[in-house]
Amino acid sequence: MDSMTRTLTTLGHRAPDRVPLFLLTNLQGPKALGLTPKAHFADARNVIESQIRLAARYQSDCLFPFSYASLEIEAWGGESIFIDDGPPNAGAPIIQRPEDILRLTPPSIDAARCLHPSLEAIAALKAHFGASIPIIGTIVSPFSLPAMQMGMGAYLDLIYERPDLWARLMEINEVFGVAWANAQLQAGATAICYFDPVSSPTMLPPALYRQTGHVVARRVLPQIKGPTATHFASGLALPVLDEVIATGTAALGVSALEDLGALKAAARGRLSLLGALNGVEMRRWTPAEAEAAVKANIAALAPGGGFILSDNHGEIPWQVEDETLLAISEAARRWGQYPLTWVDDERG
Amino acid sequence: MDAEIQGFCDALETLDRARADAIFDEAISKAALEGRSPIDVVTALIMPALSEIGRGWHEGALALSQVYMSGRICEQLVEQVLPPSDPDRKRQPRSAIVVLHDHHMLGKRIVYAMMRASGFELFDYGRMELPELVERVIADRLRVLMVSALMLPSALKVRALRDALDARGYPLKIIVGGAPFLMDNALWREVGADAMGRDAAEAVTIITGWMEAAR
Ligand code: B12
Repeated sequence: MDSMTRTLTTLGHRAPDRVPLFLLTNLQGPKALGLTPKAHFADARNVIESQIRLAARYQSDCLFPFSYASLEIEAWGGESIFIDDGPPNAGAPIIQRPEDILRLTPPSIDAARCLHPSLEAIAALKAHFGASIPIIGTIVSPFSLPAMQMGMGAYLDLIYERPDLWARLMEINEVFGVAWANAQLQAGATAICYFDPVSSPTMLPPALYRQTGHVVARRVLPQIKGPTATHFASGLALPVLDEVIATGTAALGVSALEDLGALKAAARGRLSLLGALNGVEMRRWTPAEAEAAVKANIAALAPGGGFILSDNHGEIPWQVEDETLLAISEAARRWGQYPLTWVDDERG
Repeated sequence: MDAEIQGFCDALETLDRARADAIFDEAISKAALEGRSPIDVVTALIMPALSEIGRGWHEGALALSQVYMSGRICEQLVEQVLPPSDPDRKRQPRSAIVVLHDHHMLGKRIVYAMMRASGFELFDYGRMELPELVERVIADRLRVLMVSALMLPSALKVRALRDALDARGYPLKIIVGGAPFLMDNALWREVGADAMGRDAAEAVTIITGWMEAAR
Protein backbone atom coordinates (compact mmCIF):
# COMPACT_ATOMS: atom_id res chain seq x y z
CA MET A 1 0.00 0.00 0.00
CA ASP A 2 1.35 3.46 -0.75
CA SER A 3 0.95 6.36 1.66
CA MET A 4 -2.05 7.78 -0.19
CA THR A 5 -3.98 4.48 -0.17
CA ARG A 6 -3.08 3.90 3.47
CA THR A 7 -4.36 7.35 4.41
CA LEU A 8 -7.56 7.16 2.36
CA THR A 9 -8.33 3.72 3.77
CA THR A 10 -8.07 4.90 7.35
CA LEU A 11 -10.10 8.04 6.57
CA GLY A 12 -12.79 5.67 5.26
CA HIS A 13 -12.84 4.13 8.78
CA ARG A 14 -11.31 0.89 7.63
CA ALA A 15 -8.06 -0.71 8.66
CA PRO A 16 -5.17 -0.16 6.19
CA ASP A 17 -1.99 -2.29 6.19
CA ARG A 18 -0.64 -0.18 9.04
CA VAL A 19 -1.33 3.03 10.91
CA PRO A 20 -0.28 5.98 8.73
CA LEU A 21 2.32 8.27 10.29
CA PHE A 22 2.09 12.01 9.60
CA LEU A 23 5.38 13.36 10.92
CA LEU A 24 5.01 17.12 10.57
CA THR A 25 8.60 18.14 10.10
CA ASN A 26 8.41 21.73 8.87
CA LEU A 27 10.75 22.93 11.64
CA GLN A 28 13.19 20.07 11.00
CA GLY A 29 13.62 21.47 7.48
CA PRO A 30 15.95 24.34 8.39
CA LYS A 31 17.94 22.03 10.69
CA ALA A 32 18.36 19.43 7.95
CA LEU A 33 19.79 22.04 5.59
CA GLY A 34 21.79 23.92 8.23
CA LEU A 35 19.78 27.10 7.66
CA THR A 36 18.00 29.56 9.93
CA PRO A 37 14.20 29.30 9.78
CA LYS A 38 14.09 32.70 8.10
CA ALA A 39 16.46 31.75 5.29
CA HIS A 40 14.93 28.32 4.89
CA PHE A 41 11.31 29.38 4.44
CA ALA A 42 12.08 32.34 2.20
CA ASP A 43 13.00 30.09 -0.73
CA ALA A 44 10.77 27.28 -2.05
CA ARG A 45 13.80 25.27 -3.13
CA ASN A 46 14.81 24.76 0.51
CA VAL A 47 11.37 23.55 1.52
CA ILE A 48 11.23 21.18 -1.45
CA GLU A 49 14.64 19.72 -0.74
CA SER A 50 14.15 19.34 3.01
CA GLN A 51 10.69 17.77 2.64
CA ILE A 52 12.05 15.23 0.14
CA ARG A 53 14.99 14.40 2.43
CA LEU A 54 12.94 14.18 5.59
CA ALA A 55 10.21 12.07 4.00
CA ALA A 56 12.86 9.51 3.10
CA ARG A 57 14.58 9.68 6.47
CA TYR A 58 11.49 9.28 8.65
CA GLN A 59 9.22 7.39 6.23
CA SER A 60 6.38 9.77 6.94
CA ASP A 61 3.09 9.16 5.11
CA CYS A 62 2.61 12.82 4.22
CA LEU A 63 4.53 15.84 3.03
CA PHE A 64 4.14 19.05 5.00
CA PRO A 65 5.36 22.13 3.16
CA PHE A 66 3.88 24.43 5.84
CA SER A 67 6.24 27.18 6.94
CA TYR A 68 4.73 29.08 9.91
CA ALA A 69 1.41 30.64 10.93
CA SER A 70 2.44 34.29 10.81
CA LEU A 71 3.21 33.95 7.08
CA GLU A 72 -0.47 34.78 6.60
CA ILE A 73 0.01 37.94 8.64
CA GLU A 74 2.76 38.96 6.22
CA ALA A 75 0.17 38.62 3.44
CA TRP A 76 -1.97 41.16 5.32
CA GLY A 77 0.93 43.62 5.45
CA GLY A 78 2.18 42.61 8.90
CA GLU A 79 5.53 41.08 9.79
CA SER A 80 7.06 38.02 11.39
CA ILE A 81 9.70 38.17 14.10
CA PHE A 82 12.20 35.36 13.58
CA ILE A 83 14.38 33.48 16.04
CA ASP A 84 17.10 30.95 15.23
CA ASP A 85 15.78 28.01 17.23
CA GLY A 86 12.05 27.86 16.60
CA PRO A 87 9.13 29.25 14.63
CA PRO A 88 8.67 33.00 14.18
CA ASN A 89 5.83 34.95 15.78
CA ALA A 90 3.60 37.66 14.38
CA GLY A 91 4.92 41.17 15.00
CA ALA A 92 2.94 44.29 15.91
CA PRO A 93 -0.82 43.82 15.39
CA ILE A 94 -2.15 45.00 12.02
CA ILE A 95 -5.42 45.84 13.78
CA GLN A 96 -4.50 48.32 16.52
CA ARG A 97 -8.02 49.46 17.37
CA PRO A 98 -11.28 47.60 16.64
CA GLU A 99 -12.33 50.35 14.22
CA ASP A 100 -9.33 49.52 12.01
CA ILE A 101 -11.39 46.52 10.89
CA LEU A 102 -13.60 48.85 8.85
CA ARG A 103 -10.62 49.82 6.70
CA LEU A 104 -9.31 46.30 6.15
CA THR A 105 -9.53 44.53 2.80
CA PRO A 106 -8.53 40.92 2.13
CA PRO A 107 -5.20 40.56 0.31
CA SER A 108 -5.30 38.75 -3.02
CA ILE A 109 -3.20 35.62 -3.31
CA ASP A 110 -1.60 36.91 -6.51
CA ALA A 111 -0.47 40.13 -4.89
CA ALA A 112 0.76 38.48 -1.67
CA ARG A 113 4.19 37.41 -2.88
CA CYS A 114 5.18 36.03 0.53
CA LEU A 115 2.70 33.17 -0.08
CA HIS A 116 4.18 32.17 -3.43
CA PRO A 117 7.10 30.06 -2.18
CA SER A 118 4.59 27.83 -0.39
CA LEU A 119 2.59 27.35 -3.59
CA GLU A 120 5.78 26.65 -5.56
CA ALA A 121 6.86 24.08 -2.99
CA ILE A 122 3.50 22.32 -3.13
CA ALA A 123 3.60 22.21 -6.95
CA ALA A 124 7.16 20.86 -7.04
CA LEU A 125 6.42 18.17 -4.44
CA LYS A 126 3.36 17.16 -6.41
CA ALA A 127 5.46 16.89 -9.57
CA HIS A 128 8.04 14.81 -7.72
CA PHE A 129 5.75 12.40 -5.86
CA GLY A 130 2.59 12.39 -7.97
CA ALA A 131 -0.41 11.00 -6.13
CA SER A 132 1.52 8.45 -4.06
CA ILE A 133 1.63 10.51 -0.86
CA PRO A 134 -0.67 13.21 0.54
CA ILE A 135 0.60 16.78 0.47
CA ILE A 136 -0.93 18.73 3.32
CA GLY A 137 -1.75 22.39 2.79
CA THR A 138 -2.66 24.59 5.76
CA ILE A 139 -4.60 27.69 6.64
CA VAL A 140 -5.14 29.45 9.93
CA SER A 141 -8.92 29.58 10.17
CA PRO A 142 -10.57 32.94 9.53
CA PHE A 143 -11.87 32.66 13.08
CA SER A 144 -8.46 32.06 14.71
CA LEU A 145 -6.45 34.44 12.52
CA PRO A 146 -7.39 37.57 14.56
CA ALA A 147 -5.31 36.22 17.47
CA MET A 148 -2.36 37.27 15.31
CA GLN A 149 -4.05 40.20 13.53
CA MET A 150 -4.83 41.94 16.81
CA GLY A 151 -3.44 39.88 19.72
CA MET A 152 -5.36 37.26 21.69
CA GLY A 153 -6.53 39.54 24.51
CA ALA A 154 -7.85 42.22 22.17
CA TYR A 155 -9.53 39.51 20.11
CA LEU A 156 -11.38 38.10 23.13
CA ASP A 157 -12.52 41.65 23.94
CA LEU A 158 -13.78 41.99 20.36
CA ILE A 159 -15.74 38.73 20.47
CA TYR A 160 -17.42 39.68 23.73
CA GLU A 161 -17.85 43.40 23.27
CA ARG A 162 -18.03 44.23 19.54
CA PRO A 163 -20.04 41.49 17.79
CA ASP A 164 -20.71 43.89 14.89
CA LEU A 165 -17.03 44.41 14.12
CA TRP A 166 -16.31 40.75 14.78
CA ALA A 167 -18.84 39.79 12.09
CA ARG A 168 -17.24 42.25 9.67
CA LEU A 169 -13.79 40.85 10.35
CA MET A 170 -15.06 37.32 9.70
CA GLU A 171 -16.42 38.36 6.30
CA ILE A 172 -13.04 39.75 5.29
CA ASN A 173 -11.04 36.87 6.73
CA GLU A 174 -13.27 34.27 5.13
CA VAL A 175 -12.61 35.67 1.66
CA PHE A 176 -8.88 35.39 2.23
CA GLY A 177 -8.99 31.99 3.96
CA VAL A 178 -11.03 30.34 1.22
CA ALA A 179 -8.82 31.79 -1.52
CA TRP A 180 -5.62 30.74 0.26
CA ALA A 181 -6.87 27.20 0.81
CA ASN A 182 -8.04 26.82 -2.78
CA ALA A 183 -4.77 28.21 -4.16
CA GLN A 184 -2.91 25.47 -2.29
CA LEU A 185 -5.29 22.79 -3.56
CA GLN A 186 -4.89 24.10 -7.06
CA ALA A 187 -1.10 24.00 -6.73
CA GLY A 188 -1.36 20.30 -5.86
CA ALA A 189 -2.16 19.97 -2.17
CA THR A 190 -4.24 16.87 -1.38
CA ALA A 191 -6.06 18.31 1.62
CA ILE A 192 -6.15 21.38 3.83
CA CYS A 193 -5.43 21.39 7.53
CA TYR A 194 -7.72 24.03 9.05
CA PHE A 195 -5.92 25.33 12.15
CA ASP A 196 -8.66 26.63 14.40
CA PRO A 197 -7.51 26.44 18.02
CA VAL A 198 -9.46 29.50 19.18
CA SER A 199 -12.56 27.31 18.66
CA SER A 200 -11.28 24.78 21.19
CA PRO A 201 -13.06 24.52 24.57
CA THR A 202 -9.63 25.29 26.01
CA MET A 203 -10.09 28.81 24.67
CA LEU A 204 -13.85 29.46 24.41
CA PRO A 205 -16.87 27.98 26.20
CA PRO A 206 -18.73 25.54 23.89
CA ALA A 207 -21.85 27.72 23.86
CA LEU A 208 -19.85 30.67 22.51
CA TYR A 209 -18.07 28.43 19.99
CA ARG A 210 -21.45 27.37 18.62
CA GLN A 211 -22.24 31.02 17.85
CA THR A 212 -18.81 31.94 16.50
CA GLY A 213 -16.04 29.57 15.33
CA HIS A 214 -18.55 26.87 14.47
CA VAL A 215 -20.64 29.19 12.29
CA VAL A 216 -17.50 30.35 10.48
CA ALA A 217 -16.30 26.77 9.87
CA ARG A 218 -19.71 25.79 8.49
CA ARG A 219 -19.51 28.63 6.01
CA VAL A 220 -15.86 28.17 5.08
CA LEU A 221 -15.25 24.42 4.83
CA PRO A 222 -17.87 23.84 2.09
CA GLN A 223 -16.16 26.51 -0.03
CA ILE A 224 -12.79 24.75 0.19
CA LYS A 225 -12.53 22.56 -2.90
CA GLY A 226 -10.94 19.54 -1.28
CA PRO A 227 -10.94 17.49 1.92
CA THR A 228 -10.14 19.25 5.21
CA ALA A 229 -8.87 18.25 8.64
CA THR A 230 -9.55 20.49 11.62
CA HIS A 231 -6.79 21.10 14.13
CA PHE A 232 -7.08 22.66 17.59
CA ALA A 233 -3.27 22.75 18.01
CA SER A 234 -3.43 20.66 21.23
CA GLY A 235 -6.49 22.44 22.61
CA LEU A 236 -9.23 20.12 23.92
CA ALA A 237 -12.13 19.02 21.68
CA LEU A 238 -14.40 16.42 23.29
CA PRO A 239 -17.15 18.81 24.50
CA VAL A 240 -17.69 20.10 20.93
CA LEU A 241 -17.05 16.90 18.99
CA ASP A 242 -20.57 16.71 17.49
CA GLU A 243 -20.35 20.28 16.26
CA VAL A 244 -16.92 19.64 14.74
CA ILE A 245 -18.35 16.64 12.89
CA ALA A 246 -21.24 18.80 11.66
CA THR A 247 -18.76 21.12 9.90
CA GLY A 248 -18.06 18.30 7.44
CA THR A 249 -14.36 18.01 8.27
CA ALA A 250 -12.74 14.61 7.68
CA ALA A 251 -10.37 14.47 10.64
CA LEU A 252 -9.52 16.22 13.88
CA GLY A 253 -6.15 16.89 15.53
CA VAL A 254 -6.20 15.47 19.07
CA SER A 255 -4.48 16.86 22.18
CA ALA A 256 -2.28 14.67 24.35
CA LEU A 257 -4.19 16.15 27.29
CA GLU A 258 -7.51 14.77 26.01
CA ASP A 259 -9.21 11.64 27.40
CA LEU A 260 -8.21 9.51 24.39
CA GLY A 261 -10.50 6.58 25.19
CA ALA A 262 -13.57 8.79 25.52
CA LEU A 263 -12.70 10.71 22.37
CA LYS A 264 -12.21 7.55 20.33
CA ALA A 265 -15.51 6.14 21.57
CA ALA A 266 -17.31 9.32 20.55
CA ALA A 267 -15.57 9.66 17.17
CA ARG A 268 -15.52 6.02 16.04
CA GLY A 269 -16.88 5.63 12.51
CA ARG A 270 -17.82 9.34 12.36
CA LEU A 271 -14.60 11.34 12.43
CA SER A 272 -10.99 10.32 11.92
CA LEU A 273 -8.46 11.34 14.57
CA LEU A 274 -4.95 12.68 14.09
CA GLY A 275 -2.51 12.78 16.98
CA ALA A 276 -1.79 12.71 19.80
CA LEU A 277 1.95 12.59 20.56
CA ASN A 278 2.98 15.36 22.95
CA GLY A 279 5.50 17.48 21.00
CA VAL A 280 6.67 19.53 23.95
CA GLU A 281 7.42 16.43 26.02
CA MET A 282 8.98 14.75 22.99
CA ARG A 283 11.99 17.03 23.42
CA ARG A 284 13.18 14.95 26.37
CA TRP A 285 11.92 11.48 25.37
CA THR A 286 14.36 8.57 25.22
CA PRO A 287 13.80 6.15 22.33
CA ALA A 288 12.08 3.81 24.79
CA GLU A 289 9.73 6.57 25.94
CA ALA A 290 8.98 7.44 22.32
CA GLU A 291 8.07 3.82 21.65
CA ALA A 292 5.84 3.68 24.73
CA ALA A 293 4.01 6.84 23.65
CA VAL A 294 3.46 5.48 20.14
CA LYS A 295 2.08 2.25 21.59
CA ALA A 296 -0.26 4.08 23.95
CA ASN A 297 -1.61 6.21 21.09
CA ILE A 298 -2.14 3.24 18.81
CA ALA A 299 -3.83 1.21 21.54
CA ALA A 300 -6.25 4.02 22.33
CA LEU A 301 -6.96 5.48 18.90
CA ALA A 302 -6.11 3.04 16.10
CA PRO A 303 -8.61 0.15 16.50
CA GLY A 304 -11.02 0.07 13.55
CA GLY A 305 -9.05 2.59 11.48
CA GLY A 306 -9.98 6.28 11.39
CA PHE A 307 -6.59 7.15 12.86
CA ILE A 308 -3.39 8.83 11.74
CA LEU A 309 -0.46 8.91 14.15
CA SER A 310 0.99 12.40 14.48
CA ASP A 311 2.09 14.95 17.04
CA ASN A 312 -0.65 16.81 18.88
CA HIS A 313 0.08 20.33 17.74
CA GLY A 314 0.59 20.16 14.01
CA GLU A 315 4.35 20.66 14.04
CA ILE A 316 7.21 19.07 15.90
CA PRO A 317 9.31 21.52 17.94
CA TRP A 318 12.75 22.49 16.68
CA GLN A 319 14.31 21.07 19.86
CA VAL A 320 13.24 17.45 19.23
CA GLU A 321 16.17 15.16 18.39
CA ASP A 322 16.55 13.22 15.16
CA GLU A 323 17.02 10.04 17.22
CA THR A 324 13.59 10.51 18.81
CA LEU A 325 11.88 10.97 15.45
CA LEU A 326 13.56 7.84 14.12
CA ALA A 327 12.36 5.95 17.20
CA ILE A 328 8.80 7.17 16.61
CA SER A 329 8.93 6.15 12.97
CA GLU A 330 10.27 2.71 13.82
CA ALA A 331 7.73 2.16 16.59
CA ALA A 332 4.87 3.20 14.30
CA ARG A 333 5.95 0.56 11.80
CA ARG A 334 6.49 -2.08 14.45
CA TRP A 335 3.30 -1.61 16.49
CA GLY A 336 1.03 -0.12 13.83
CA GLN A 337 0.47 -3.25 11.68
CA TYR A 338 -3.17 -4.22 11.36
CA PRO A 339 -4.72 -6.34 12.71
CA LEU A 340 -3.62 -4.90 16.04
CA THR A 341 -3.55 -8.25 17.82
CA TRP A 342 -1.04 -7.02 20.42
CA VAL A 343 -3.55 -4.43 21.62
CA ASP A 344 -6.10 -7.13 22.43
CA ASP A 345 -3.39 -9.36 23.91
CA GLU A 346 -2.13 -6.62 26.21
CA ARG A 347 -5.67 -5.77 27.26
CA GLY A 348 -6.06 -9.46 28.09
CA MET B 1 -18.31 25.59 48.75
CA ASP B 2 -19.89 28.58 50.47
CA ALA B 3 -23.10 29.67 48.69
CA GLU B 4 -21.93 33.25 48.34
CA ILE B 5 -18.66 32.18 46.69
CA GLN B 6 -20.54 29.76 44.45
CA GLY B 7 -22.94 32.51 43.39
CA PHE B 8 -20.03 34.84 42.70
CA CYS B 9 -18.28 32.13 40.62
CA ASP B 10 -21.45 31.58 38.59
CA ALA B 11 -21.78 35.30 37.93
CA LEU B 12 -18.15 35.47 36.75
CA GLU B 13 -18.34 32.35 34.58
CA THR B 14 -21.42 33.66 32.78
CA LEU B 15 -19.95 37.18 32.60
CA ASP B 16 -22.88 38.57 34.54
CA ARG B 17 -21.18 41.76 35.66
CA ALA B 18 -24.28 43.19 37.32
CA ARG B 19 -24.67 40.15 39.53
CA ALA B 20 -20.96 40.01 40.36
CA ASP B 21 -21.14 43.71 41.32
CA ALA B 22 -24.18 43.15 43.51
CA ILE B 23 -22.67 40.21 45.39
CA PHE B 24 -19.42 42.09 45.91
CA ASP B 25 -21.16 45.29 47.09
CA GLU B 26 -23.27 43.36 49.53
CA ALA B 27 -20.20 41.62 50.95
CA ILE B 28 -18.41 44.97 51.30
CA SER B 29 -21.38 46.52 53.17
CA LYS B 30 -21.68 43.52 55.44
CA ALA B 31 -17.95 43.65 56.19
CA ALA B 32 -18.19 47.37 57.01
CA LEU B 33 -21.00 46.74 59.50
CA GLU B 34 -18.91 44.06 61.16
CA GLY B 35 -15.90 46.36 61.32
CA ARG B 36 -13.89 44.37 58.75
CA SER B 37 -11.99 45.96 55.89
CA PRO B 38 -12.46 45.46 52.14
CA ILE B 39 -9.30 43.36 52.00
CA ASP B 40 -11.14 40.72 54.04
CA VAL B 41 -13.75 40.52 51.28
CA VAL B 42 -10.98 40.15 48.73
CA THR B 43 -9.51 37.28 50.73
CA ALA B 44 -12.79 35.59 51.60
CA LEU B 45 -14.72 36.05 48.34
CA ILE B 46 -12.59 37.05 45.35
CA MET B 47 -9.55 34.87 45.99
CA PRO B 48 -11.47 31.60 46.47
CA ALA B 49 -13.70 32.35 43.47
CA LEU B 50 -10.77 33.07 41.15
CA SER B 51 -8.93 30.04 42.40
CA GLU B 52 -12.01 27.90 41.68
CA ILE B 53 -12.28 29.33 38.16
CA GLY B 54 -8.57 28.76 37.54
CA ARG B 55 -8.95 25.16 38.63
CA GLY B 56 -12.01 24.76 36.40
CA TRP B 57 -9.85 25.82 33.45
CA HIS B 58 -6.84 23.60 34.03
CA GLU B 59 -9.19 20.68 34.63
CA GLY B 60 -10.87 21.37 31.28
CA ALA B 61 -14.32 22.44 32.55
CA LEU B 62 -13.96 26.16 31.77
CA ALA B 63 -12.47 28.12 28.88
CA LEU B 64 -9.56 30.55 28.89
CA SER B 65 -11.89 33.39 27.87
CA GLN B 66 -13.84 32.89 31.11
CA VAL B 67 -10.64 33.03 33.19
CA TYR B 68 -9.60 36.19 31.35
CA MET B 69 -12.93 37.98 31.72
CA SER B 70 -13.27 36.96 35.40
CA GLY B 71 -9.85 38.41 36.12
CA ARG B 72 -10.78 41.66 34.40
CA ILE B 73 -14.07 41.99 36.27
CA CYS B 74 -12.50 41.27 39.67
CA GLU B 75 -9.55 43.56 39.07
CA GLN B 76 -12.01 46.42 38.46
CA LEU B 77 -14.03 45.57 41.58
CA VAL B 78 -10.92 45.56 43.73
CA GLU B 79 -9.55 48.79 42.25
CA GLN B 80 -12.77 50.50 43.37
CA VAL B 81 -12.30 49.58 47.03
CA LEU B 82 -8.50 49.41 47.24
CA PRO B 83 -6.77 52.30 45.50
CA PRO B 84 -3.35 51.35 44.07
CA SER B 85 -1.32 52.49 47.07
CA ASP B 86 -3.82 51.61 49.78
CA PRO B 87 -1.90 50.56 52.92
CA ASP B 88 -4.32 47.66 53.13
CA ARG B 89 -2.85 46.14 49.99
CA LYS B 90 -1.03 43.00 50.99
CA ARG B 91 2.56 43.19 52.11
CA GLN B 92 4.28 40.66 50.00
CA PRO B 93 7.84 39.97 48.97
CA ARG B 94 8.92 42.45 46.28
CA SER B 95 7.55 40.85 43.13
CA ALA B 96 7.32 41.38 39.40
CA ILE B 97 5.90 39.63 36.38
CA VAL B 98 7.55 39.47 32.97
CA VAL B 99 7.29 37.99 29.50
CA LEU B 100 10.82 36.78 28.77
CA HIS B 101 11.80 36.66 25.08
CA ASP B 102 8.22 35.71 24.05
CA HIS B 103 5.77 37.94 22.18
CA HIS B 104 2.56 36.72 23.83
CA MET B 105 1.27 39.03 26.52
CA LEU B 106 -2.13 37.58 27.45
CA GLY B 107 -0.90 35.08 30.07
CA LYS B 108 0.94 37.85 31.90
CA ARG B 109 -2.03 40.15 31.69
CA ILE B 110 -4.30 37.51 33.25
CA VAL B 111 -1.86 36.67 36.06
CA TYR B 112 -1.33 40.38 36.78
CA ALA B 113 -5.11 40.93 36.95
CA MET B 114 -5.47 37.95 39.30
CA MET B 115 -2.72 39.25 41.59
CA ARG B 116 -4.21 42.76 41.70
CA ALA B 117 -7.69 41.35 42.19
CA SER B 118 -6.30 39.46 45.18
CA GLY B 119 -5.00 42.67 46.71
CA PHE B 120 -1.34 42.32 45.75
CA GLU B 121 1.03 45.00 44.47
CA LEU B 122 3.64 43.96 41.92
CA PHE B 123 5.78 45.40 39.13
CA ASP B 124 4.75 44.76 35.55
CA TYR B 125 7.99 44.48 33.56
CA GLY B 126 6.26 43.96 30.22
CA ARG B 127 8.39 42.08 27.71
CA MET B 128 12.15 41.77 28.23
CA GLU B 129 15.23 39.97 26.96
CA LEU B 130 17.58 38.23 29.37
CA PRO B 131 20.46 40.69 30.06
CA GLU B 132 18.13 43.61 30.74
CA LEU B 133 15.92 41.46 32.98
CA VAL B 134 18.82 40.30 35.16
CA GLU B 135 19.92 43.90 35.79
CA ARG B 136 16.40 45.03 36.54
CA VAL B 137 15.74 42.20 39.02
CA ILE B 138 18.89 43.06 40.94
CA ALA B 139 18.31 46.83 40.81
CA ASP B 140 14.74 46.39 42.09
CA ARG B 141 15.90 44.02 44.86
CA LEU B 142 13.24 41.57 43.78
CA ARG B 143 12.42 38.48 45.84
CA VAL B 144 9.89 36.84 43.51
CA LEU B 145 9.71 36.89 39.72
CA MET B 146 6.82 35.45 37.73
CA VAL B 147 7.63 34.47 34.16
CA SER B 148 4.93 33.78 31.57
CA ALA B 149 5.80 31.88 28.37
CA LEU B 150 3.74 30.60 25.45
CA MET B 151 6.49 29.41 23.11
CA LEU B 152 8.82 26.54 24.03
CA PRO B 153 12.05 28.44 23.19
CA SER B 154 10.93 31.19 25.60
CA ALA B 155 10.16 28.69 28.35
CA LEU B 156 13.64 27.23 27.90
CA LYS B 157 15.18 30.70 28.39
CA VAL B 158 14.29 30.51 32.10
CA ARG B 159 17.30 28.19 32.47
CA ALA B 160 19.63 30.93 31.26
CA LEU B 161 17.94 33.38 33.63
CA ARG B 162 18.52 31.10 36.60
CA ASP B 163 22.15 30.50 35.59
CA ALA B 164 22.81 34.22 35.14
CA LEU B 165 21.34 35.00 38.58
CA ASP B 166 23.32 32.18 40.18
CA ALA B 167 26.50 33.54 38.60
CA ARG B 168 25.78 36.86 40.31
CA GLY B 169 24.99 35.07 43.58
CA TYR B 170 21.48 36.53 43.57
CA PRO B 171 18.79 34.41 45.22
CA LEU B 172 15.41 34.82 43.54
CA LYS B 173 12.25 32.78 43.69
CA ILE B 174 11.01 32.12 40.15
CA ILE B 175 7.43 31.05 39.39
CA VAL B 176 6.77 30.03 35.81
CA GLY B 177 3.56 29.40 33.90
CA GLY B 178 2.07 29.14 30.42
CA ALA B 179 1.25 26.54 27.78
CA PRO B 180 4.65 24.77 27.42
CA PHE B 181 4.77 24.14 31.18
CA LEU B 182 1.29 22.66 31.03
CA MET B 183 2.18 20.40 28.13
CA ASP B 184 5.28 19.07 29.93
CA ASN B 185 4.90 19.14 33.67
CA ALA B 186 8.56 18.29 34.28
CA LEU B 187 9.75 21.37 32.39
CA TRP B 188 9.62 23.87 35.27
CA ARG B 189 12.12 21.91 37.34
CA GLU B 190 14.37 21.36 34.36
CA VAL B 191 14.68 25.11 33.74
CA GLY B 192 15.42 25.80 37.41
CA ALA B 193 12.16 27.41 38.50
CA ASP B 194 10.96 27.17 42.12
CA ALA B 195 7.33 26.61 41.21
CA MET B 196 4.90 26.33 38.31
CA GLY B 197 1.35 27.64 38.27
CA ARG B 198 -1.15 25.52 36.32
CA ASP B 199 -3.42 28.52 35.99
CA ALA B 200 -3.22 32.23 36.69
CA ALA B 201 -4.85 32.03 40.13
CA GLU B 202 -2.16 29.62 41.29
CA ALA B 203 0.33 32.49 41.27
CA VAL B 204 -1.62 33.86 44.24
CA THR B 205 -1.79 30.51 46.00
CA ILE B 206 1.93 29.87 45.56
CA ILE B 207 3.04 33.28 46.85
CA THR B 208 0.57 33.17 49.74
CA GLY B 209 1.94 29.75 50.67
CA TRP B 210 5.51 31.07 50.68
CA MET B 211 4.48 34.07 52.79
CA GLU B 212 2.83 31.82 55.35
CA ALA B 213 5.84 29.48 55.45
CA ALA B 214 8.14 32.45 56.09
CA ARG B 215 6.11 33.71 59.04
C1 B12 C 1 -4.78 29.32 20.33
C2 B12 C 1 -3.40 28.90 19.90
C3 B12 C 1 -2.87 29.49 18.73
C4 B12 C 1 -3.61 30.57 17.93
C5 B12 C 1 -3.50 31.91 18.68
C6 B12 C 1 -2.16 32.11 19.38
C7 B12 C 1 -2.01 33.40 20.15
N1 B12 C 1 -2.37 33.47 21.39
O1 B12 C 1 -1.58 34.36 19.62
C8 B12 C 1 -2.84 30.54 16.58
C9 B12 C 1 -3.52 29.65 15.57
C10 B12 C 1 -2.66 31.89 15.92
C11 B12 C 1 -1.53 29.90 17.00
C12 B12 C 1 -0.38 30.02 16.29
C13 B12 C 1 0.87 29.56 16.71
N2 B12 C 1 1.11 28.71 17.72
CO1 B12 C 1 -0.22 28.20 18.92
N3 B12 C 1 -1.48 27.54 20.29
C14 B12 C 1 -2.66 27.93 20.63
C15 B12 C 1 -3.14 27.19 21.91
C16 B12 C 1 -4.22 26.18 21.56
C17 B12 C 1 -3.60 28.17 23.00
C18 B12 C 1 -2.65 29.36 23.17
C19 B12 C 1 -3.20 30.54 23.92
O2 B12 C 1 -3.33 31.64 23.38
N4 B12 C 1 -3.51 30.40 25.18
C20 B12 C 1 -3.87 31.48 26.07
C21 B12 C 1 -2.80 31.66 27.15
C22 B12 C 1 -3.10 32.87 27.98
O3 B12 C 1 -2.82 30.47 27.90
P1 B12 C 1 -1.59 29.98 28.77
O4 B12 C 1 -0.32 30.45 28.26
O5 B12 C 1 -1.72 28.52 29.00
O6 B12 C 1 -1.87 30.75 30.16
C23 B12 C 1 -2.73 30.27 31.18
C24 B12 C 1 -1.97 29.47 32.22
O7 B12 C 1 -0.97 28.67 31.66
C25 B12 C 1 -1.50 30.51 33.20
N5 B12 C 1 -0.24 31.20 33.02
C26 B12 C 1 0.29 31.79 31.94
N6 B12 C 1 1.43 32.42 32.25
C27 B12 C 1 1.63 32.26 33.58
C28 B12 C 1 2.63 32.72 34.42
C29 B12 C 1 2.59 32.39 35.78
C30 B12 C 1 3.65 32.90 36.69
C31 B12 C 1 1.53 31.57 36.29
C32 B12 C 1 1.49 31.21 37.70
C33 B12 C 1 0.52 31.13 35.43
C34 B12 C 1 0.58 31.48 34.09
O8 B12 C 1 -2.50 31.51 33.15
C35 B12 C 1 -3.24 31.48 31.95
C36 B12 C 1 -4.70 31.42 32.31
O9 B12 C 1 -4.97 30.48 33.34
C37 B12 C 1 -1.81 26.47 22.37
C38 B12 C 1 -1.94 25.05 22.88
C39 B12 C 1 -2.56 24.92 24.23
N7 B12 C 1 -3.08 23.76 24.49
O10 B12 C 1 -2.53 25.80 25.06
C40 B12 C 1 -0.92 26.49 21.11
C41 B12 C 1 0.57 26.76 21.29
C42 B12 C 1 0.75 27.92 22.23
N8 B12 C 1 1.02 27.19 19.97
C43 B12 C 1 2.26 26.88 19.72
C44 B12 C 1 2.98 27.34 18.56
C45 B12 C 1 4.37 26.78 18.36
C46 B12 C 1 2.41 28.24 17.64
C47 B12 C 1 3.08 28.80 16.38
C48 B12 C 1 4.51 29.30 16.58
C49 B12 C 1 3.02 27.76 15.25
C50 B12 C 1 3.79 28.17 14.02
N9 B12 C 1 4.79 27.41 13.63
O11 B12 C 1 3.54 29.17 13.42
C51 B12 C 1 2.12 29.97 16.01
C52 B12 C 1 2.58 31.34 16.54
C53 B12 C 1 1.56 32.40 16.28
C54 B12 C 1 2.05 33.78 16.49
N10 B12 C 1 1.69 34.41 17.57
O12 B12 C 1 2.73 34.29 15.64
C55 B12 C 1 2.83 25.97 20.79
C56 B12 C 1 3.93 26.63 21.64
C57 B12 C 1 4.90 25.63 22.23
C58 B12 C 1 5.95 25.25 21.23
N11 B12 C 1 5.81 24.10 20.59
O13 B12 C 1 6.85 26.01 21.01
C59 B12 C 1 1.53 25.56 21.61
C60 B12 C 1 1.72 25.38 23.12
C61 B12 C 1 1.02 24.24 21.00
C62 B12 C 1 1.85 23.03 21.40
N12 B12 C 1 1.27 22.09 22.12
O14 B12 C 1 3.00 22.91 21.07
N13 B12 C 1 -1.65 29.23 18.18
